[in-house]
Amino acid sequence: MIAHNTLVVLLGCAALGVAAGAVGCFALLRGRALLADAMGHAALPGVVGAALIGAWFGTDPRALPPLLIGGAIAGALGLWAVQALAATGRIRQDAAIGVVLASFYALGVVGLSVVQAMPAGAQAGLSHFILGQAATMRTEDAWAAGLLAMFCVVATVALFPRFRALCFDAEFAALQGLNIRVTDAALMGLILLVCIAGLPAVGLVLVVALLVLPAATARLLNQRLPGMLAASCAIGGVSGVLGALISAGHEGWPTGAAVVLVGTAFFVAALLVRRA
Amino acid sequence: MTAFLQLDFAPLLAAMLAGATCGLLGSFLVLRREALLGDAITHAVLPGIVLGFAVTGARAGAPMLLGAAIAALLASWLITWLRRAARLEGAAATGIVFTSFFAAGLVLLEATGARSVDLDVDCVLFGQMETLLWPQAEGIASLFDATALAALPRAVFLLAGVGALIAVTTALLWQPLKLLCFDPAYAVSLGLPVRRLDVVLNLMLAAAAVAAFEAVGSILVVALLVAPASAMRLLTNRYNTQILGGAALGAAVAALGYMLAGPLPAALGSAHAVNAAGMIGVLSGLLVAAAAFSGRWRRA
Repeated sequence: MIAHNTLVVLLGCAALGVAAGAVGCFALLRGRALLADAMGHAALPGVVGAALIGAWFGTDPRALPPLLIGGAIAGALGLWAVQALAATGRIRQDAAIGVVLASFYALGVVGLSVVQAMPAGAQAGLSHFILGQAATMRTEDAWAAGLLAMFCVVATVALFPRFRALCFDAEFAALQGLNIRVTDAALMGLILLVCIAGLPAVGLVLVVALLVLPAATARLLNQRLPGMLAASCAIGGVSGVLGALISAGHEGWPTGAAVVLVGTAFFVAALLVRRA
Repeated sequence: MTAFLQLDFAPLLAAMLAGATCGLLGSFLVLRREALLGDAITHAVLPGIVLGFAVTGARAGAPMLLGAAIAALLASWLITWLRRAARLEGAAATGIVFTSFFAAGLVLLEATGARSVDLDVDCVLFGQMETLLWPQAEGIASLFDATALAALPRAVFLLAGVGALIAVTTALLWQPLKLLCFDPAYAVSLGLPVRRLDVVLNLMLAAAAVAAFEAVGSILVVALLVAPASAMRLLTNRYNTQILGGAALGAAVAALGYMLAGPLPAALGSAHAVNAAGMIGVLSGLLVAAAAFSGRWRRA
């Protein structure tokens, strides 16, 4: 029998995978996938900052929701910074992403070294957000991350027609009255939320892969959007669960790495199926 | 002075070498609009480094460089192939390749037991400049003493060697690289071996990533590659200033970052030190922000 905690964690990972698969489809189609890399890395100083503030106020340093909120704020700041740098016209978006990703992450690393010097050992939990560690997730953590992920799925389904219009014919949609900027912002917001939800299980470095791999795999198998979306969610969910199980079975294997390798295996399989 | 030489000289030198080398290469990346490739290669070399280490059992420069070169070339080839085979756009193909390589590298780190012999995840993520010590230093005379200098940490020699190699290659290929940055089509029509220059740039990138990762870790190499060059891009339109300024800024930001992380607080009586690689990364980001705020790019 699977222990209750393990079951909840696995379900949380499944929910995350489904959310990443769903949001990732539109992120991929809209060409926004790499922004998830920037937002994920940018979240680290927010998480560490929230932990420091929590330590100062004496709250539970391992409570997940405040850490996720801090991460979300920092991730949003990172997104703003990328757009501001690209707006200068001198720096292309991928260079801007690189600058933001690395310097925000660096700030997080500085913060971690400060936390390390403090008692209460909160640091051990924090560095798990970098590469993910499902095995150390508590039941309440899995609930928090899982609920956030489910929210993203529901929001994606609700915004499906708008996202579809945004990705396939933005100009026509604008003529029909769709507010492109708001819809784009909603997509970016959902990408950010998936990154944040993925922090405990998959980690900030590799969460971008969870957004890209299931969607890319699904696209190889199914060119039409509803089918692609369903396939992406299924593959994402399975990748999340299998990755969590594999990393739990091998001590020292970060969950993020295991999930990405499972996702890559699906991708390679899909490539082979298509070539056949 | 002896304490400074024993504790801080080696990491400071390593940081400046990493900063200069990556700042130089980064300018080419930024001018060619290939900053993403810098991100990708620095992540993709990890399995090569780990395998080079595992196969030889030693953390020597040559096997790691060779492994990194193979990984970098394989990754570049895979990205190109994926764009055709899976009809993926460049960014998505790049993202898939470098994240899966990095994940494979992390798993290999555990599977080959590399972590037990001083190559571990923390080194990859945070760098380990603080471990670069020079116990043989005894006063300023050691700087001119060949035997003492030979005892500097291996990472410093690797950085110096790779840095020198890259500097020489860049100098030799100065004109072709310039043409490659500004008018690749013209370069092709002149008969320049553009594809081979591409490969050379990728290999230099891989070598710099290996050498610098020992100092600042994988993710912060990206900071040194992209930030000084981006800051220069915001400040100048002149090619020579861009390339050489990128190198100089990289070295400067690395030196300042290192000093602010440990030695300066210590000199001011504080017992707190922060992660040096992190401080360098933060400063490099502030540098770009300052360059953007200066508004010089508006007046160009």
